[in-house]
Amino acid sequence: MITIEAMAASVPDGAMLALPPDNSLPSVALAKALVRRGVRNLRLLGVPVSGFATDLLIGAGCVAEVQSSAVSLGEAGFAPRFSAAIRAGSIVMRDATCPAIHAMLQAAEKGVPFMPLRGLIGSDILLHRPDWKIVQNPLSDVPDRIVLLPALSPDIAAFHAVMADRDGNVWLGRRRECATLAHASRRVLVTVERFFDGNLLEDERLAPGTISGTYVEAVALAERGAHPVALLDEYSFDAEYVATYARAAQTQAGFDDWCAREVFGRAVAA
Amino acid sequence: MIALEERLAVALAELILDPAAPPARHIAVGAASPIPAAACWLVAKRGHPVRLSLLHKRSGNPFTEGSRELFDLTGQGRIDLFFLGGGQIDGQANLNLLGTGAWPGGTVRFPGSFGSAFMYFMCPRTILFREEHSPRVLVDRVAHISAPGLSPPDVFRRGTAQALVTGRCVFSFDAERGRFRLQSLHPGETAAGVRAATGFDYDEATEVPGTPDPTEADLALLRGPIRAEMMETYPAFCARVFDRKAAA
Repeated sequence: MITIEAMAASVPDGAMLALPPDNSLPSVALAKALVRRGVRNLRLLGVPVSGFATDLLIGAGCVAEVQSSAVSLGEAGFAPRFSAAIRAGSIVMRDATCPAIHAMLQAAEKGVPFMPLRGLIGSDILLHRPDWKIVQNPLSDVPDRIVLLPALSPDIAAFHAVMADRDGNVWLGRRRECATLAHASRRVLVTVERFFDGNLLEDERLAPGTISGTYVEAVALAERGAHPVALLDEYSFDAEYVATYARAAQTQAGFDDWCAREVFGRAVAA
Repeated sequence: MIALEERLAVALAELILDPAAPPARHIAVGAASPIPAAACWLVAKRGHPVRLSLLHKRSGNPFTEGSRELFDLTGQGRIDLFFLGGGQIDGQANLNLLGTGAWPGGTVRFPGSFGSAFMYFMCPRTILFREEHSPRVLVDRVAHISAPGLSPPDVFRRGTAQALVTGRCVFSFDAERGRFRLQSLHPGETAAGVRAATGFDYDEATEVPGTPDPTEADLALLRGPIRAEMMETYPAFCARVFDRKAAA
């Protein structure tokens, strides 16, 4: 167990950092700590889409590349710093489609070089993904083209869970797609609301929603670490906070003021 | 007074229940889709046996593997119907959720394809829904295809668009011909007005019927039990559409 600032310091510039979306345990607390640390050239992976934390990291100049199936603030609309960065050409965007991201992680999880996926053929996404290959289904006697997706092992996966125990086991509740992400990633960093007294894997009711500490490199305490995003049944989405962000971040200057206040805790002249 | 959103939910419900379409036993609803969600609830609350999987439901979310489970279910053919929209939709039912201008959205960047490049192929049917009906949305040819409306025979595909519902009308889609057909006009709309607001060519009968009004029973379901079901996921939508007494 380490502090969140130490956790952020352990993320090197240029790392491929995988983040879950706003409905599935993103660690906004770690994203803010990464902004404070001044990390640069992150390659973000949205699993399978991206939300608030991604827009924040882009606005703060921490990001070189985004691979995702969508970047959005949900009901608060388009992600403003992402949109501005695409227009300015200041980040590389590698568009995907949701199940393709899951499938690439599943291939890594299984230790196989690729996973086939239906769909995709005829989408312009494929034209811009030279790493995705169309092959004839080798098990079919009739013409049947299918896409192969390479295994993808992010350098680091980060998410926010409700609790972890002293053995590094982490409880995700029903958001078990984060387990696939953990299995596929080289390093896993987790922030939690609180620590669990005991061993999560010894409780039959908690074990199915738990990922083993085998996969987890470090855990840091961060109360309300998903805020403004909802966390399971712990707290709900703070729509007002995200709407305020979305308005402020329409311009870089507005984003910078918001960031000084909300990330660095500085008083900002009105 | 009937809100446009209520009319659209009822129009979508009629399409879900279309006896000519493949059966809708299990419907999934994705992100930010309150009107399709209301339509699905209406089908269920009318008493039709249908399983609804609402991806963004926070408490009691049906998936224990997140969206991965939705795509796996769909890959197997266990999801019968999905809803998709688009920043642009063209006359061959191609969808653009990516953007306009130079790739990947140098002029206007939309959020991204989400799961469309898979769901559109793997569901037996898709209902397209986009409230804005204008030449900038309904275009002759999308700038970028995030998901194609039609596929060649050597590409596995279970279905395509059944229909396109907008704030002005309902179009049906003929996959054989790759063309939309104007099916019904919402109140206050004319065939000429829809033609002028649509950037793609489509078929049209000489007499186009009106989209039927919601019944009193449907309105009571929408404003009562369906509002209650949707409140947690879509509070702003419920307040705007169903709680209009102060504004009325």
